[in-house]
Order: sequence, then structure tokens, then C-alpha cells
Amino acid sequence: MSVTQKSYFTWSIAIFLGVLFSEVLYPGLNGYYQGILMVAGVNIMLATSLTLINGFTGQFSLGHAGFMAVGGYTCASLTIYLLPKLGLSPLGIGFFYAAALIAGGIVSGICGYLVGLPSLRLKGDYLAIVTLGFGEIIRVIFLNVDAIGGARGLTGIQNFTNQRWIVACTLICCFIMFRILGTNQGRGMQAVREDEVAAEAMGVNTTSTKVGAFVMSSFFAGVTGGLYAHYYGYLNPSTFGFMKSFEVIVIIVLGGLGSVSGSILAAIALTILPEALRPLQEITKVDFRMILYSLVLILFMLLKPNGLLGRHEISYYWKKFRRSKT
Amino acid sequence: MTEFIQHIVNGLSFGAIYALIALGYTMVYGILQFINFAHGDIFMIGAYIGYYAGNALGLNDHPSIWGFFVVLLLSMVTSGVIGFLVEFLAYRPLRKAPRINVLITAVGVSLFFEFGAQMLFGANPKAFPHLVDVSKSFYIGGVQIDSMELVVFTVTILLMLALEFVLYRTKVGKAMRAVSHDHNVALLLGIPVNMIISITFVLGSAMAAAAGILVGMSYPKLEPLMGVMFGLKAFVAAVFGGIGNVRGAVVGALIMGVSEQLIVSYGVPTFRDAFAFALLIVVLIFRPKGLFGKTLAEKV
Repeated sequence: MSVTQKSYFTWSIAIFLGVLFSEVLYPGLNGYYQGILMVAGVNIMLATSLTLINGFTGQFSLGHAGFMAVGGYTCASLTIYLLPKLGLSPLGIGFFYAAALIAGGIVSGICGYLVGLPSLRLKGDYLAIVTLGFGEIIRVIFLNVDAIGGARGLTGIQNFTNQRWIVACTLICCFIMFRILGTNQGRGMQAVREDEVAAEAMGVNTTSTKVGAFVMSSFFAGVTGGLYAHYYGYLNPSTFGFMKSFEVIVIIVLGGLGSVSGSILAAIALTILPEALRPLQEITKVDFRMILYSLVLILFMLLKPNGLLGRHEISYYWKKFRRSKT
Repeated sequence: MTEFIQHIVNGLSFGAIYALIALGYTMVYGILQFINFAHGDIFMIGAYIGYYAGNALGLNDHPSIWGFFVVLLLSMVTSGVIGFLVEFLAYRPLRKAPRINVLITAVGVSLFFEFGAQMLFGANPKAFPHLVDVSKSFYIGGVQIDSMELVVFTVTILLMLALEFVLYRTKVGKAMRAVSHDHNVALLLGIPVNMIISITFVLGSAMAAAAGILVGMSYPKLEPLMGVMFGLKAFVAAVFGGIGNVRGAVVGALIMGVSEQLIVSYGVPTFRDAFAFALLIVVLIFRPKGLFGKTLAEKV
């Protein structure tokens, strides 16, 4: 099989599994497991989109929750304030919701553009602080705008998000993140990560590459925020604090910075792990999950700084495994 | 006008506390070129040590100035040891690693402290004991100066003078400045670089602990997450003054304290926390080296 055929093959299997999951498997589960799986989908989207900035482009963003909040609030305001005035049919509502999700993504992408601009002048630690600051500013602004609930949170969001939306969006997001690596943009990003000066000397437009990574990543974070809002039916600024961004960072560091499949695996694992640890937590009466997270993070940096899969995709290890057998 | 001066005085006392924290950020940055995210949490731990020490010594019922100094010293020494351990266990093995790894580790250490503290000390706010009797107030031309503010000014000025002495009048200070110029050359000249880095962490952590005690006394509410905001704002102050520059950090912190106070008094109090970050973004975009920082050419 040629590479293209192989890719078609892989993605048809992925789509088939997605449909199987959302139509057959999911309805058979009880509500608790359904909830965990939905959160896993949201986390996969957040993680793969953040991989674009932190993994491929080698920048460091600590404000992913801020982008998610922007998208979530935009999308939710549209469906709360605009949708009832249009009087659409159920199918029309579905299309409107899709458009609202994209609109949330676009507004978030514009924010990503604004945040990405300073990244041209700032490196590493400074950029981390600026993105962190952005997230905090967003949170403070949402806290103070009364039209979208302020500190009480935004209520009355309809629960449009079902498993089909999550599966479809997760698949699209993963597809784009996997495929972007082979494009000019994607290769430019990796070049910027390896050596910015050398990349520039080789003719990579580092400015547009970095800003592009921010815009794209924040777009998907925004869409995820919209899905999140319409799944829970409630938004509160305090959800999108520093901790939320940090959870995503833990996921992608654990999976391997720069590995999409690693991020996906780690997102699933880190969604299930805290739930699996819940009985233990009830025995000890202490919420030690975050302590565990932070310890895992430190230990990984000290002992296995590249994360589980390093910069490679899982197919790389599969090929290596097959080769070692023959 | 009196009111305006009053706000300035209050802002200066706030800024003095920021300055103590900012010094730790700026010294570590000067010597290792990395942001010690855990610094704000060392400040929090310093405050908690003060809380337990103050209660153990029974100072809440019998406030005394000597007890205050004992608590201050105890907290500074213990936090210094914690700072040393953090550097030794978490940062030293990564000396040669890419900076992003060190950054992630620092974030991890910071969270470890925050949630460890929630487990150890409890997540509920605690009331800081009264270490000294600060009920008196003084008036200078209509401007009220609380004795608490006097304590803050005295302690910070003394500590800054001590730091100034260490940095510019002792051999250790000379070695620290040498290491911040160039690690390798310093090593060649026989300076124990690792030890100097440890000393920097110890000094910075001790300063942060002192700030923790002062904050505990001025705003008697301790929370495990109190270090996050204070730490970030102090960091902004350090960047504003030119990170790596010790005197710049103090000036930046004072300006920051005063402008925050003015925003709260004359502007929109709820946007107080956003102001620091807005300031940071503006500074970084228009003058990334800060007020007094040096511009360094990037080596290829």
C-alpha cells in the first residue's frame, strides 16, 4: 500500500470505530462511564491542540484554559441570546450549533493571534508568564461582565453536546493535528522548535509559523470550550483557572511533547486515573490527586524528560516492534 | 491631597512586601536564567511556619517584639532550607537539560507545594497570630501610618540593606555576581558554582519567608494558594524593574504596589489582579528588558 492509501485506510478505521463507539457502545454504558468518556474526549481535544504550540512549535503556553473559556462563553452566548430569536427547526438548530462552535473557535483564534504576537519577542519563561497572564485577565473579565453571569456563572445553556458531537470533533481535531506535521506549516513549526535562528536562515517565516500555531491551537481550544459548555449546561469563570491549563500541560508532557498519539493516550489515561483512584481517596479522606500529578510531572522531567512516547507517534514504535521481530 | 499621600504610603508598604519576594525571583533569574515558579509557594510556606511558630510560642496572647524576631528568624531559616532542598533535588539534576524541562519542573514543584500545603495545613483559611502589638497609629501631617506599616518598612529596609551588603561587600556576593556573568569562567576561577547557586536560593527563600510573615501580620488570613497571586505579581514587578537587576526589582515592586493601591482607590477594584498582567504584557512588548535591565545580544 502506498502512504496515501495507508492513511486513508487508517482514517477509515478510525471513523468506523468512532461511529461504532457513539452509536453502539456508548448508549449501552451507564451515566457515570458516559460522563468519563465525554471528559476524555474534551481532554483529547485540549491536549492535541496544545501539542501544536508546546510540542511542535516549542513555545510554552500556560493559557489554554483561557482560550477554552473564550470559545465556551462565545458559543454559549450565541445559543442563549441569538438562537431563540431565530425560531429554527431541529435540523436548523443543529447547523446553528455547529456554526456557533466554529464562531467560538474563531473568536478564540483571534485571541490566540493577539497572544501569539508577543511570542515573537518572548521566549520560554516569559511567554509562559504572558500566556498565564492572558488566562488570568480573561478570567477576571468574565468575572466582571454581568451579561454572561459574572461570578455566578452562566446558566441556562442547552445540552446540545452529545457523544456524536464529541466523537466527530475529536476525530476532526486529531486528523488535523496528525496531518499538519507533513505540511509546510507543520515542518516549519518543527524547524522553529529545533532552532529558531537556523529555521529563519533556511527561509522559514518564523513569525507567521508561531502566530499560526497559536491561532490554530486556540481555535480548537475554543471549539472544545463550546462543546464543554453545551455538555454541562453551565459555565463558571473559576473553572478556567490556571489549574485547568495545567492539567492539559501534564497530559501532553506525560504523553511526550510533540507526539499526537502520546497526547491522546495520556489524555485518556489521565481522565480515567483520577476516577480509578477515587476509592483510594475515600479511604484516605485526602484529595491527593493533584499532588500525584505534580510529583509525576517532576519525576518525569527528572527521569524520562521526553514523556511516554517522546516525539514519535505510536506507529513508529509499532514499526520498530515489527522490525525487531523479523 | 492628604488622601492621595495616604494611598501612596499604603501602596509603598504593599510594594515593600512585593519587593522582598521579587528579590528572590530576580536573583535566581540573574544566576540561572530561569523563573523559579515555586518561589511564591516558598513565601506561602514561610507564612505558615510563622503561623505555627507564633502559636507555639504563645505570641497571640503575649505579643512581643523579641518573639516576632524569633518567629521571623525561624521561618527564614526553615524556608531557606526548603529552598536549598528544592534546588538540590529538583533543579540541580536538570542543569544541562533544555530550559523548557526546567520550567515544567518548576511548575510541578510549585503545584506540589500548593497541594501538599492543602493536605498538610488544610484548605481552609487560617488566622495569623498577632506577633507584635500593632494597634497604635501615627500621624504625620494628617497622613496615618499604622505601626504595622512601620514594622513592614523597618524589616524590609533592614533585609534589603543586609542583602545589599552580602551582594556587594562580601566574597560570596562577588562570587554570585561572577556566576551570573558566566558559569564556566567562574568555575575556572575556582568559584564553587553549585554552592553559590544554592546560597542564592537560600537567600531568596529566606527573603520570601520574611515577606510571608509580614503579609500574615498585615492581612491575617493564610491560604495554601496565597503564594500564587503574590508570587506572580512579584515576578511582574521583577520583570518591570529589569529581571536580574536587584535594585530594579525593588523599584519595580514599589511602583507596582503604589499603582495597585491607586487602582483600587480611584479605579476599578475588581480589576486589580488583571492590572499586574496587563502591565507585564505592555512592558514585555515595549521594553522587554524592563526599566533598568541590560539588553543581551542573542548568541547563535
